[in-house]
Formats: sequence, structure tokens, C-alpha cells
Amino acid sequence: MLTAILALAGLSAAFGLGLGYAAIRFKVEGDPLVDRIDSILPQTQCGQCGFPGCRPYATAIAANEADINQCPPGGEDGVLKLAELLGRDPKPLNPDNGVAKAVPTVAVIDEAVCIGCTKCIQACPVDAILGAAQQMHTVIAAECTGCELCIAPCPVDCISMQPIAETPKTWRWPSPAEAQTA
Amino acid sequence: MSLMKLFGFRGGLHLDYRKALSTQQPIRVAPVPPQLILPLSQHAGAPAKPVVKVGDRVLRGQTLAQPDGYVSVPVHASSSGTVVAIEPRPIPHVSGLMAPCIVIDTDGLDQALPEPEWTPVEDVQALSPQALRDLVRRAGIAGLGGAGFPSFIKLSPGRPVETLIINGAECEPYITCDQLLMAERADEIVSGVQVILQAIGAPHCIIGIEDNKPAAIAALRQAAQRDARIRVAVVPTRYPQGGEKQLIQALTGLEVPSEGLPLDIGLVVHNPGTARAVWRAVRYAEPLISRIVTVTGGAVAQPQNFEARIGTPMRFLIDLAGGYVQAPGRLLMGGPMMGFALPSDTLPLIKSTNCVLAAAPGELRPDDDAMPCIRCGACQEVCPINLLPQQLYWHARGKEYEQARELNLFDCIECGCCAQVCPSHIPLVQYYRHAKTEIWAGDRDQRKADLARERHEARQARIEREEREKEEARARKKAQLAARKAETPTAEAPPAAAGAAAAGSDPVAAAIAAARAKKAQAAPSANADDPVARAMAAAQARKAEREAGSASPAAPATTGGDDPVTRAIAAAQAKKAQAAPSAGADDPVARAMAAAQARKAERQAGSAGPAAAAAPTAATDDPVARAIAAAQAKKAQAAPAAGADDAVALAIAAAKARKAARDEAVIGKDPTDPT
Repeated sequence: MLTAILALAGLSAAFGLGLGYAAIRFKVEGDPLVDRIDSILPQTQCGQCGFPGCRPYATAIAANEADINQCPPGGEDGVLKLAELLGRDPKPLNPDNGVAKAVPTVAVIDEAVCIGCTKCIQACPVDAILGAAQQMHTVIAAECTGCELCIAPCPVDCISMQPIAETPKTWRWPSPAEAQTA
Repeated sequence: MSLMKLFGFRGGLHLDYRKALSTQQPIRVAPVPPQLILPLSQHAGAPAKPVVKVGDRVLRGQTLAQPDGYVSVPVHASSSGTVVAIEPRPIPHVSGLMAPCIVIDTDGLDQALPEPEWTPVEDVQALSPQALRDLVRRAGIAGLGGAGFPSFIKLSPGRPVETLIINGAECEPYITCDQLLMAERADEIVSGVQVILQAIGAPHCIIGIEDNKPAAIAALRQAAQRDARIRVAVVPTRYPQGGEKQLIQALTGLEVPSEGLPLDIGLVVHNPGTARAVWRAVRYAEPLISRIVTVTGGAVAQPQNFEARIGTPMRFLIDLAGGYVQAPGRLLMGGPMMGFALPSDTLPLIKSTNCVLAAAPGELRPDDDAMPCIRCGACQEVCPINLLPQQLYWHARGKEYEQARELNLFDCIECGCCAQVCPSHIPLVQYYRHAKTEIWAGDRDQRKADLARERHEARQARIEREEREKEEARARKKAQLAARKAETPTAEAPPAAAGAAAAGSDPVAAAIAAARAKKAQAAPSANADDPVARAMAAAQARKAEREAGSASPAAPATTGGDDPVTRAIAAAQAKKAQAAPSAGADDPVARAMAAAQARKAERQAGSAGPAAAAAPTAATDDPVARAIAAAQAKKAQAAPAAGADDAVALAIAAAKARKAARDEAVIGKDPTDPT
């Protein structure tokens, strides 16, 4: 009887130590699920999902506080990927959050109209607008995510979204399957 | 020549080659066309940057565009003439899109540069490998086999190379440009091989030729006799023998690793045309301004090979070949297996154009409707690289690109054997190309998203840091203030009292001034919509400030709570209040804003008259203000009148109203869009 108790106590102590060690040694910083969701999101940081950026939305999805269909820039493909990752049923994009763009766009500042108020610079979530007070501003096209957050603050409405032109280098072969059904 | 062991490769097909069509005549030198169109991107990698302007007269061999980045080569003028345009033009590319081109109207003189851009090299042996590479780069040589990879990069292997392989297999039906080049210019090819051997430091070279080109084999064997390092190997005729990986396998028995390069197994492969171009660049200082091109097909009267200037419109060459005998059913660049359809015959010849194929209707297998896959597995049997074409097809079709990638999609050389044997006529290669470009696009998007995430995080960190610094500065200031306050009553009160006594009636005036300043400070919030009151307050505050300033410096101290800091704040507030009403006149920002508004108003609304009539009366005497009012009235009748005194508020209100109107107009537009 005593032997059994001692043996069990010894075992639990040993396993407890082992688990305790593992909890410290192999501790995972942050939430890997949030990181994985965040890596699927398109990082436009546009806030159309209702959260102030992609990472807060990823956190909300991971905490089951937000649905997976609130990201228009990610489109249906993004929803599918999220559904696959989270084992949920795919669903169409929530129209309340906006519609997916047919073609990617980039913000373009009409430099003749820009008055250099810096309001768009403050609004840009990825620091893609270059300029200084009372100096003409311009958008670094390669860094622009097309989130449109700079359009509303502009007091003179000199920012417009332009579709990104396709070049021979970015051109994609159409799928013959779609060409046939079309 | 001793018999050498051949290894062969798996899969492949015997095709109907139809090469005799274009081998009946020797290579003909094509005249200079009236117009040359030179795309800035004729090579793999970054497009070149133009260094000439529209209107410049250029001479043959002159550099028109310099390389931009490492994987890039220059573009040269193929003949003399005038640059008439630098603009996007349709280029021969599968996408059928436009790309920047330099267009030259030739003058017919074909005048060469008086001095070539580099010195012709008499003794090639004396040149260092690095110097040779530089020459090859300056000559703008990009692989003439079809892929157009900058040749100088393949001459800088960065590791020992065992064997140089010259790919003279030319296995694709119809194309004969390499065949005739090898038969007619074997000496130049061998000389080029010697240069390349020196540049890459390889001990020997194998020239691989398919056995259906006896004239080329004989000529090259003859020419290669002068160099023991060079061996001519005859390989059996089987498509795709000319694939780099297949030729390597046939000649050496080695396999290029998955997604690897021949260099990984110590080999470098060049096209015979490239070898000749290298020789001419080094020996005669001649940049790559012409190439051999096959113009063939059942729709062409006299199919043949031309040595044509880069940039020559294809139609010009077809006309030289006797024109069309019938309207072509299909017009291709390259061969029927790996070539792509051209939207028109006005496109220019580029460095990688080996063949222009104008096929008669019905000459090639038509692109008929594909039938369902019956899983016969014929595609798998012919695949020269041991892929699973059927599985790749299912995944590509189902948009499961990642699975396709895992099945080594990127090892596919797009030879077209699988599609050729498919009994259901499924355009398999197009599926693979589609999947490849989709994966590349996905990778690009991912890279862009990663960059955006990084920048967003950096921005968040920066904002946080600035906030913290501000907080710290504020805390420091507060502490300083507290320290000063603790000092004031003990140290400064007595002299202040003395000062007040000396100044006679001044303490009273100072008290009034302080009260006025306080009032002025309160004014902006109390009378925010009344510019006149604000201006008055400002004027009073200024006056008070002056009076307080002329009084003894100690005066404020006697007025109890008004220490110097408060006074300064009051002054600043007063100044600000003064500045605000006349913003349209003294504040450059507001002025610029108003001017921009005015410009916009003028542009967008031709008639501002009726709107101006309804504008706020406050703005009637100032043209700029009138324009603002007009723009506001025209574009945003809903703008709140409350903000009418402030140009900034006005502009913002106008913009918001415009946005609201736009959002209403576009049904389904995001209502939660942050404004």
C-alpha cells in the first residue's frame, strides 16, 4: 500500500518537474495562431474589417470575436485560406465591410493641386507618402497598399486611386478552363 | 573523331520537322527597314534605361539604353537614323501587352559610329575573363536561343566549370536559324567558343548537334579541328533534344537538379548564335544589332533565313520572303511546340526571336475544344523530365497551385510533348503556364504584404516612441514649472513689490492688461464663429501685452496668479486669435489651400457665378475667398455654415461633403468607410 502511494507520488513529482521544465524551456511567445492568420491577411491596414489594422483583426479572429469574411482586400481567396486554416466553413465576403476590388489600385497624388498639408502622410498606415509641410507630397507606389485611407483626410481632394497597370512581367496566363467556359 | 558514349534522355517524341521548308536557300542579309522598333526589354531581367532623346540622330552601334541593375543589358541602334519616339509599343510577348520601345526612322545610310564604343581585340588570349565579360555585357548580348538571359552572367560562373556545352540541337520543328548559322558561319562559332572557354575557364567544350543536320555537323567538325578542346557530338533527333537539361543528359548522363541550373553540376550551356555574337563583339567591337531568324510556314511564299537587324518589323521580313501566299491561319514567334501566337505581324524582331512562323490554315494542329481527361497516362510517358502531367493538370485546373508546386511544376520546361500526345487535346502546357504565373503573382503579393506589415509595424513603433517622448517632455516641463513656482514667492516677491511702488500707477494698468489678455485667451472658444470679436480680442490682447511689457518686468508678479509663463501663454493665445480671422491673408498654408481650392473650383465648375452669389457675405471682397466659397457652394451645398470663418475648416467640410455625395452615388460602396 505504502509502496504504491510512494511510487505514484514519485511518478507525479517526476512528471510534474518534467512538465514544469518544458513549460519554461519551450515557452511560445505570443500567439502563433494570430501570426498565422496575420500572414494570410493582405496587410493593406485599411480598417475595412472594423479593426484598426490587420493584426488587430487577426487577434479578433483568433479570439473568435470576428468572422473570417470581413476582409475585402483579401477577397474570396483570403476567406478560403482562413477557412482552411481555422477549420471553418468558407462564406462569401460580408458586404457590410465593402467589396473586393477587381484590380489592385495605387494612390496617386495630383501634384499640381497638393498644398502640402501632411494630413495624408499622417493617415498612411505604411508610411508610403513622402513630403513635408508646405511641400508637394508624393506616393511611393511600390509601398502603397491601396488602402484608400489617405483619400478622406485630403482637404483638396487631390488623391485618387489608379489601377495598377499590367506589364509583361506581371502578366498572368489565363486559365484555359476559364477561357473555355467564358 | 572518336566515338563517344551517348546517354539519351527519357520521354520525348518524334515530330514532323518540316525544316526543309526554310533550308533551301542560304542565309540572306536583310536590308535596313524604314523603321526600327527596339523594345527596352528584349532580355530576361530589368528593362534598359534610355540614354537618347526623341529627335536625336543615332548611328549604327550606338548605345541607346543602358542596363538598369545587374540582370540587364544595353540596347544599341541597329542602323543610323533619328529617334522619333520613346513610348510603349506592342512587343512580341505572350501577353500581347505594350512595353517601352525606342523607335528609329532609319535614313538608309546605315552609318556606323566613327569609333566603336570599345576597341576591337586582336589577341583574345591576352584579355582577362573579367574584361571579356564586360565586353559581352556592353555588346548587349542576351541568349539567342529564345530565353534571352543576359549572356555575361553565364560567363561569370563564380565556380569552376568543367564543360561548356554549345546547344546546336535545334529540335523544334520549322526552326533552322541555328542549323544554317552552323553550316555557314562555323568558323565564327568556333572562335566564339574559344572566347567563352577563356571567359569561364573551362577545359573543354562539346557542341551537341542533332543528326538531322549533316551540313552543320560537317562544317563544325571542320572548323573545330583547330582546337583540341572542342568536340562535336551528334545526338539522335528527338524532341526536346534541344532542351538544355535534355541535351546535358544526353551528352553527359548528368541530370540538372530540380529547380537548379546546369552550373550546379559544373556545366554552362550557350547557343551557337550567342557564341558567334560574342566573337563579333570581341573581335570586331560589334554590339548585338542583328541575328539570324527563320521566316517560314505554309503561308509564306519563300520560307528562308535572314540575317536581320534587331527591331525590324516582322512584316518587312515576310515581304522579303515573297509575302503571304494565303492569309496565315496562325502567326507564331518560335516554333509550333513552344512558340506563342502573335497578335499582328507588325511587331519587331527582338534578340530572342529565332523564328517567325506564319502557318497556313490547318497546317498546325488546331486549338480545338478540349475533351475531358480520360486518365490514359500518355502524357506521363512522354514527359522528358519525369513529371506527372496529369496530376499537375488537375491541380492547376483546380487552382491548387501549392500542390502543383510540390509536384515540381517549376521543373516543367513547357516542351509541349504532353499536350501533343493528349488524345483529349487538352492544352496542358497552358495550364502549367497559368499555374506558374499565378504562383509568381502570389509570391509577389506575399512579398508586398510582408513589406507592408514591416512598414506598418515600424510606423506603430515610431508613433509609440514619439508619444512616449512627448509624455516625458511634458513631465519634465511640469517638474521644472513646479520647481520654479516653489522658488518664485520667496526669491522674487520683494523686488516685485519694490518695482510696483516705483512704477506708480502701473500696477493697475498691468492688472487691466492681464484681465484683457485673459479675456482674449478665452475669446477663441467663446466667440469662435465671430471673426470681428476675435480680431478685437486679439488687438486688445496685443495692446495689453505691449502695456504689460512696458511696465516694470516685475509687475505681473504683483498680480497674484499671473506668473511669466501664464503671461506668455496668454500672449501666444492672443497672437493666435489674431492670426486666425485673417488666415486668408497672412497664413501661407491657408493661402495655398485657398489657392488650390480656387484652382480646383475653376477646373471642375466652369460657371462659379450663381454659386458665388449665395456665398457667405464675409467673403465678398476677397477674390480668393470668393473662389473658395464658390467651390464650396458648387460642390458641397451640404457643408455646415458654422465653419465659414476658417479656411481650413471650410476646405475640410467641402471635401467631406463631396465624399458623402460620392458615397451616396455609388451604391454598395462601403458605408463604414472611415472619414
